[in-house]
Amino acid sequence: MKNKTSCRTIEILNLSDKELIDLSAKNVLSLSLDEMKSVQPYFRKLKRNPTDVEIETIAQTWSEHCKHKTLTGIIEYTEEKYSKKTKRTYNNLLKETVFKATMELNKKWCLSVFKDNAGIIEFDAKNGVAFKVETHNHPSALEPYGGSATGIGGVIRDILGVGLGAKPLANTDVFCFGNPDTKDSQVPEGMHHPKRIAKGVVAGVRDYGNRMGIPTVNGAVYFDDGYMANPLVYCGTMGIIPKNKIDKKVNSGDLILVVGGRTGRDGIHGATFSSIQLDQESDVSAVQIGNPIVEKKVLDTMLKARDLNLYRAVTDCGAGGLSSAIGELGEKTGAIVYLDKVPLKYDGLVPWEIWISEAQERMVFAVPPKNKKRIVELFKKENVEAVFVGEFTKDKKLTLKYNGHVVASMDMSFLHDGIPKPKRPAVCKIKEEKVQKPIKMTSADLSKTLKSALSDLNVCSKEWIIRQYDHEVQGQTIVKPLQGTDIEVSGPGDASVIFPYTSVNGTKKGVVLSNGLNPSYGKINTYKMAASAIEESLRNAVAVGADVEKMSLLDNFCWGNPNKPEILGSLVRAANACYDMSKAFDIPFISGKDSLHNEYSIGGKKYSIPPALLISAMGVIENAANTVTMPLKNDGNKIFVLGVTRNEIAGSVLAKIKNIKDGIVPVVYPKESKEVMKRIYKAINNGLIESCHDCSEGGLAVAISEMAFAGDKGVKVDIDAIRTKGKLSAAEILFSESNGRFIVEVIPENESKFREIFKSCVFAEVGCVTEDKYVIFESTKNKIKVKEKSRNLLKAWRNTISW
Amino acid sequence: MKKVKALILRTAGTNCDYETQAAFEMCSAVAERVHINSLIENKDKIFEYDILAFPGGFSYGDDIASGKVLANEIKNKLGDKIKKFSLSGKPVIGICNGFQVLVKMGLLPEPKLFEQVSTLSYNDSDKFECRWVYLKTEKKVKNESNCIWTKNLPDIITLPVAHGEGKFIPVNFKLLEELNKNNQIVFRYSTRNGAIPEYPLAPNGSVEQIAGICNTKGNIFGLMPHPERYMFALQHPAREGFDGEYGWGKIIFQNAVDFVK
Repeated sequence: MKNKTSCRTIEILNLSDKELIDLSAKNVLSLSLDEMKSVQPYFRKLKRNPTDVEIETIAQTWSEHCKHKTLTGIIEYTEEKYSKKTKRTYNNLLKETVFKATMELNKKWCLSVFKDNAGIIEFDAKNGVAFKVETHNHPSALEPYGGSATGIGGVIRDILGVGLGAKPLANTDVFCFGNPDTKDSQVPEGMHHPKRIAKGVVAGVRDYGNRMGIPTVNGAVYFDDGYMANPLVYCGTMGIIPKNKIDKKVNSGDLILVVGGRTGRDGIHGATFSSIQLDQESDVSAVQIGNPIVEKKVLDTMLKARDLNLYRAVTDCGAGGLSSAIGELGEKTGAIVYLDKVPLKYDGLVPWEIWISEAQERMVFAVPPKNKKRIVELFKKENVEAVFVGEFTKDKKLTLKYNGHVVASMDMSFLHDGIPKPKRPAVCKIKEEKVQKPIKMTSADLSKTLKSALSDLNVCSKEWIIRQYDHEVQGQTIVKPLQGTDIEVSGPGDASVIFPYTSVNGTKKGVVLSNGLNPSYGKINTYKMAASAIEESLRNAVAVGADVEKMSLLDNFCWGNPNKPEILGSLVRAANACYDMSKAFDIPFISGKDSLHNEYSIGGKKYSIPPALLISAMGVIENAANTVTMPLKNDGNKIFVLGVTRNEIAGSVLAKIKNIKDGIVPVVYPKESKEVMKRIYKAINNGLIESCHDCSEGGLAVAISEMAFAGDKGVKVDIDAIRTKGKLSAAEILFSESNGRFIVEVIPENESKFREIFKSCVFAEVGCVTEDKYVIFESTKNKIKVKEKSRNLLKAWRNTISW
Repeated sequence: MKKVKALILRTAGTNCDYETQAAFEMCSAVAERVHINSLIENKDKIFEYDILAFPGGFSYGDDIASGKVLANEIKNKLGDKIKKFSLSGKPVIGICNGFQVLVKMGLLPEPKLFEQVSTLSYNDSDKFECRWVYLKTEKKVKNESNCIWTKNLPDIITLPVAHGEGKFIPVNFKLLEELNKNNQIVFRYSTRNGAIPEYPLAPNGSVEQIAGICNTKGNIFGLMPHPERYMFALQHPAREGFDGEYGWGKIIFQNAVDFVK
């Protein structure tokens, strides 16, 4: 093979529309007719047909995965509310919503937003912290273990490839799966059973994350049958980077250095395949194969090279492989690459395969010629392969050579800007929500419902997963994902805090990570889903002691087929909620990613997933020691509920358990809740709060129970004391999922100072911590008394997932 | 006064080296992370140090078996030097993957033997386990353990574990008897009251709940729990610490530094 050019010419100059489409489909190019028709004139002008290398390069560069062409394209949106229609055209949806809010807020502590591999905010005078969350859905559906392992491996490389490289401090992971108890006969043909997917995905993240020595500290799992054949796998990484290493610039004449793993045939067409629906014919060779130790070696060595200023720019090889990495770095300069110099895992790869392979653990560096010898020696010292494969030019062209022959020659401007803007219609009919009939339940029924809620798949303990991750490696996880006053009990922490004492000498600061996700609201109203996810992520962070003025957000949209107007319309609504909430809370988005085309076909029928917007939040805490956990601490302390409980049952855990169809989806009241959040920060920093827990899935009943069993305590709560809006039944008060609420524990001596801080907010003292280890909810008005042993509730919460 | 110097040996897949370095530094030692390739290049460099630490991680991916590849590499390329260092009585510690390396290299239970006579195998739960455990420290009626690393610890302490292969198994009953007789079993998993625990407080199914052992002389210490992750109270799940400030790891590392002084 090696002595031949091994490259074919692809006839396109004289193809008809139909032939163009066939060509795109046959070669998994995922290019639309419009796009194919933009390629044709370019080569007509050059008076030749393209090579296979060129066609593949265009397909990768223009892929949904790399270009996000749906959301950067034109969207003609129609919204219908009470049969009144409003229209709006978006020329670039994200720029006009999420990104726009960030620009308008213009926070000076946002150091790098929406332009690099991750968003970066200020940590202290010398350092920034970077955060990125990615999805790896399609690979995980086909090969759960390999798919999720390379998902986490990929997002870690995003952090290594941001600026001149950040040091990873923590990972996050959020999954959506089908019901793990599904009968085999109900699993669609050719698809893996959801439990097998769940186990494989967890094992993949575990083995990769643990071997990288990065603690996996925050996450969530959401079960819904809509994700049966198309699971969602979100992986995130946070890292720390010196402020003077944030900028990168490629100069003409810099050498192109490929470092790390070798190139093989794994992960061919990963980028383009992500724009195609899944079915039983989907090709597993599109999934990459990971080797965490190779990536760990790259991490160990590249940060040394960074600190010695041996390179000018770096990026990771992700989707599209070298084609995307070098194409991106050389966009402004041009580049020449000798494909025969790329180290291969084995012989037999043809040039286009070398160029687009998504083989893992590879980073691309721009190295000034004077550092040529030093940088390679540095890598070699720790057995890391580093090979020069070309250089950045000044001709603004991409030239690829193989064994002396030119196999591709295209203008960078055509590659990056030649893609036609697609135009898509989007519609959204806003469903009217109405309050359900009053939910009346007896004490016994309430007790049973409480246990059902605690053992519900979307509420129950995820300990089986969390403990398989080394969430304490690096020794910096000072607010942990599972929290208990004793090591034998535990409850769900709202957020995790990393105290980076080994990276930043003498620091007192911490980094908080949290998330918000609730697809069940999105089935009814994606605007409210998005708003609630944003608020939930903030609430979670604030509950452990985050300063709400120092928070930043990441968006990850996972949606169905955007060619269906109502699906795209629901996404437009969610994006609008992001803009509105970001502005109202005065909190910027710093990075994001979308994964569309989450659609699968069973027996010829196509299904889209329930839309899922994951919001990940990161913030800097001034004094990491001033953080709190959620377990109740001491008998006799008082329990307060902050915020208003409204009749908001739609999409709730209660609605699922009791099969309630009507109801209002929780609304976000940004002004009201931000006031509460600011004051919690103040109260925590004044030492006035012993424990704090956010109130979300399962409402007050679940949140208070969790605090009790995590502290191995009892608690007595007066339902009648809880502040509500309107008249609610006991069941509605206990299980409503209204946003903006927290439960806090206060020592009696601190009560007056505590009340003083919250005097302008809605709150109430609702009970106290008791020594008898019973959880009691009582209403004299409604003659209700729920009484359960704290340990029994812990059991209900713990036993659902123990595989 | 001369600073105590600790060498933290790392290789591909080592990942607890920074916090182990920080742990020694908190006990006012100078700690350096040294890659095995550079030590092989200059083998006698090891004698410039007072303490040798094998940190946690997944050396070479734990391919074949945890710690096995690194154990063989050290034995083949640095065997004489490591043995000489250990027999000189200087403190040596192997934490988690480092313990696995010590055991598989045969430096534990006895460096004079320098032969593998015990192993750390897959947890009974067949899973990686990351959790805090109670440890019962060795307190013999007749004579205290020689272990220089565990002096001054109370009867029961807590530390986190994070491993998939932590089940300690000696080659035969005779060895187990010897370990017991010589007070070499310095840490055992326990309940909060010192009783024999069940899973998950016994996280791996170790023979006789063994969590950490030392050689007869007491200078070489291997343990599955991570003392470097509990140097200060903030690292504890409930923020407990002695003197309101420190974790039990502080005593362990300080013991070695003080011993050298």
